[in-house]
Amino acid sequence: MAKLENSLKNMVLSLTAITVVVGCLLGYVASITDAPIKAAADAKQQKAITDVVPGEGNTVGEEVKKVAANGTDASIFPVMNGGKVVGHAVKAISKNGFGGNITVMIGFDVEGNILGYSVLDCSNETPGLGAKMPDWFQKGQKGDVIGKNPAKNNLTVSKDGGEVDAITAATISSRAFLDALAQAAGVLTGADVATSASKQNKEEEVSANEPCAADSCAQQCLTE
Amino acid sequence: MSYIIMIITAIFVNNIVLAQFLGICPFLGVSKKVDTAGWMGLAVLFVMLIATLVTYPIYYGLLVPYGLGFMQTIVYILVIAALVQMVEIILKKSMPALYSALGVFLPLITTNCTILGVAINVINFEYNLGQSVVYSIATALGFTLAMVLFAGIREQTAITKTPKAMEGTPIALITAGLLAMAFMGFSGVDKGLSAALGL
Amino acid sequence: MSKLGIIINGLIKENPTFVLLLGMCPTLGTTSSAINGMSMGLATMAVLICSNFVISCIKSLIPDKVHIPCYIVVIAGFVTVVQLLLKAYAPAVDEKLGLFIPLIVVNCIVLGRAESFAAKNSPLDSACDGIGIGLGFTVALTVIGLCRELLGAGTAFDVAIYPEQFGALTFVLAPGAFITLGFLVAIFNKFTKKA
Repeated sequence: MAKLENSLKNMVLSLTAITVVVGCLLGYVASITDAPIKAAADAKQQKAITDVVPGEGNTVGEEVKKVAANGTDASIFPVMNGGKVVGHAVKAISKNGFGGNITVMIGFDVEGNILGYSVLDCSNETPGLGAKMPDWFQKGQKGDVIGKNPAKNNLTVSKDGGEVDAITAATISSRAFLDALAQAAGVLTGADVATSASKQNKEEEVSANEPCAADSCAQQCLTE
Repeated sequence: MSYIIMIITAIFVNNIVLAQFLGICPFLGVSKKVDTAGWMGLAVLFVMLIATLVTYPIYYGLLVPYGLGFMQTIVYILVIAALVQMVEIILKKSMPALYSALGVFLPLITTNCTILGVAINVINFEYNLGQSVVYSIATALGFTLAMVLFAGIREQTAITKTPKAMEGTPIALITAGLLAMAFMGFSGVDKGLSAALGL
Repeated sequence: MSKLGIIINGLIKENPTFVLLLGMCPTLGTTSSAINGMSMGLATMAVLICSNFVISCIKSLIPDKVHIPCYIVVIAGFVTVVQLLLKAYAPAVDEKLGLFIPLIVVNCIVLGRAESFAAKNSPLDSACDGIGIGLGFTVALTVIGLCRELLGAGTAFDVAIYPEQFGALTFVLAPGAFITLGFLVAIFNKFTKKA
């Protein structure tokens, strides 16, 4: 088959034809993937809710949208069992993450004790440091916050006088996580909370720079 | 004030080449001499600013209202390619002096992922038009800074003896690694600065 | 050249990462672990095979002067398809790779292969070239990811090899990407180029 010659008509025609065909194909793919994309996002949220407020036969109630004390969007998902509210899952955002926002889902029981947490987005934290967040604060881990109550316990990092061990060499990320936690608690109780992350990260000279060359990390490990 | 933090972040803390790995091809390819590296940086600044200014309204004015968000990549890359062509023609006609300096680099810029990356980023970060403009300028400045610094070091390594297998790209990559390590020293500066300015 | 020969050629002799040094951005940006590197390689391979095949089929319908824009549209189309499919069926992968998925469009490997191979060869040969180059890219990214993960976090494919605190975290962070790639290219040079 001979090549088409370089006439203007041919050029415009072939480029337009290819763009239209590709556009239609994409439209088709977009229409069939639209539902699964939404379903995937929903499933992730649902899974996070059932993870943080565990229990057989729980159902998730209507989402209540709120604005948290730091001006970000937050959502409360009541979790019911047999018509009775057994706890709440709260989605909250902290703006104090190391590289941007972090989003968490925190589960509270009816007394406000933390049942569990799930980090929805910490993609802006440093791999190997702040990005350890999803495991660090779980039950039995070094920074365990499960079972504590933001109203009774001082949930700030030990450096700020609180009772939570920060992630090694990632104080900013740890404060941000606890900030998000406090935002969630604040949204749930309706109280306005000023958190240590929003205060401390501003007041204090940032001495514990988070990502660091290997040697300074080693130093940090030695000093802890 | 928040613009200052944004600029510092984009240039130093989150440098597009050394921390985000965009635009590596020109970073390795056009960095043998300091002045060519500088001109390349300027050409990128120029195209990046125009590309952001053009693609931003297209996204919010055309693609979003008609539900065509999935066409983003195709439309953007075509717009950028067309823009680069147009800039080339206009420069040739009206500013021959600038063209003779930047001309060689313009065709390379179409496949420079910083341009497309920044155009997509301002949408992902939900910036407004003003923030987008500042972000694109600052990012391009960061790119230029990295290019010029790197070219300066490479001029030196070119006349240094290196093991046979390390010559050329390998030693350049390791140098870039050390430069990236130096730039990591800036991490946290944005937080400290916003604290100092009381933001 | 036989189909197998074409594939082997892409894997070793014209390895896109270690020999041609193309597509450096994803090579450095997505290899913080072996799994990430491998998923990026596979996504690029899918785009490469499809775009090579289609471009080879339609090459005689495209006038020379507009061939680059036409190729780019085809490539961008497949990239978006891959992106939508990942979002729908593998959201975790999409989140990890983020911006680097749409940026496959400007990956010099894809356009380069369309230009230097698909535009001159039959559709089936072009698809084989896509497989070969794609595999070469995937293997390279996986190896880089593996080295960085092993040195930096003490794991390989998320399996712990030695305790994490002995790892040099720098290798997972930005500088490690450059340094690891530099040494790997040097090693590759040592064995392939006889000086």
